[in-house]
Amino acid sequence: MLNFIDTVGEAVAGIQDGSTVMIGGFGNAGQPFELIDALMDCGATDLTVVNNNAGQGDQGLALLIKEGRVKKMICSFPRQSDSWHFDAKFRAGEIELELVPQGNLAERIRAAGAGIGGFFTPTGYGTTLAEGKETRFLDGKWQVFETPIHADVALIKALKADGKGNLVYRKTARNFGPIMAAAAKHTIVQVSELVPTGGLDPEVIVTPGIYVNNIVKVA
Amino acid sequence: MSLETSIQTSDKPLGRDDLARLVARDITPGSFVNLGIGQPTLVSNYLEPEQNITLHTENGMLGMGPEATGDQIDGDLINAGKIPVTELPGASYFHHADSFAIMRGGHLDICVLGAFQVSATGDLANWHTGAPDAIPAVGGAMDLATGAKDVFVMMTLLTREGVSKLVETCSYPLTGIGCVTRVYTDKAVFLTGPDGVRVRETFGCTLEELQALVPVPLKAA
Repeated sequence: MLNFIDTVGEAVAGIQDGSTVMIGGFGNAGQPFELIDALMDCGATDLTVVNNNAGQGDQGLALLIKEGRVKKMICSFPRQSDSWHFDAKFRAGEIELELVPQGNLAERIRAAGAGIGGFFTPTGYGTTLAEGKETRFLDGKWQVFETPIHADVALIKALKADGKGNLVYRKTARNFGPIMAAAAKHTIVQVSELVPTGGLDPEVIVTPGIYVNNIVKVA
Repeated sequence: MSLETSIQTSDKPLGRDDLARLVARDITPGSFVNLGIGQPTLVSNYLEPEQNITLHTENGMLGMGPEATGDQIDGDLINAGKIPVTELPGASYFHHADSFAIMRGGHLDICVLGAFQVSATGDLANWHTGAPDAIPAVGGAMDLATGAKDVFVMMTLLTREGVSKLVETCSYPLTGIGCVTRVYTDKAVFLTGPDGVRVRETFGCTLEELQALVPVPLKAA
């Protein structure tokens, strides 16, 4: 069911301890900072977070990690020049890391949303990231079996929503939003603008409202 | 044994910009290309408009333009290195699974990557040194290496300690197996494949002098 919600605090209020939370964004582009701040305030802990990175600087996901609320990161690129909070937790053995090639991360999220039980891909074959995984020789190359990544909740950022929950994004801030919206059981979206139903051209809608549960407008 | 020396095309080793200019010149007109973070990004400075090259960035865009400056800077428009960039006329945006399907589905003509090591048969190691205290990060390296039709590597031939990065077998963790087709270095351009290494041209050295630096049998292309 689709709900339009007044505050980010109410939008994330149902997130439970131990949840798997997908968070959109590639670096800061598309990162739903206001929803992450609300997740911080709501106190949910013991979280597994799915994001491309593991936080930058002293904001958003980085703070959630710093405060010890994340028990596990599933991501492709945790190490950055300003990922000091993740780095410290990782070196202290206080956070678990599942490192996933970026295309596998995207496709595993997509697979979850599409009801696919797993897929074979050549990416990673023969590398340490494929160790212990089933392999098959298909279409002339060795391929590795990868499983979907499901989530309880997705927090994403879009540019606009209409009254049916249809979403459009802005430039490279789109990144993981559409696939995370489909993969999570409950999708919470922060938007910059709400438009009336019929206010978005149906030909350009990127995420249909069927994937969306909570929408909150942020300034 | 006397090796062929006529493939030397420069009196001295190539600098980073000269090498980037050479890679740019070698890209077939009309290609769709992904340039990796770091040295490969320099290649974009030397692509000519008449080559009609379309740049892909894996965070979700085709038709990427030059780095943004001043008022052009927009936090929603960045490249894979998280640097603000611009969009060219005809650009398109798409989500991450579509962006990686462009690589993984074999639609990308060329990617240019940096490397720690490349093996004689084109194995690539460029994501992790394997050092016990290093925090691993892979990003899109494995997808690019495995998915692009041609994988070009740009690197210095030797480490700071003078050890060849073109090796018989990679000692660093692998990114992909048998994926590299060309290696552009300051001292030579190598063509790699199942039959071993051929040298297309050398810079500031003869093939014989080059062979003394590289622990892999070389022959002229």
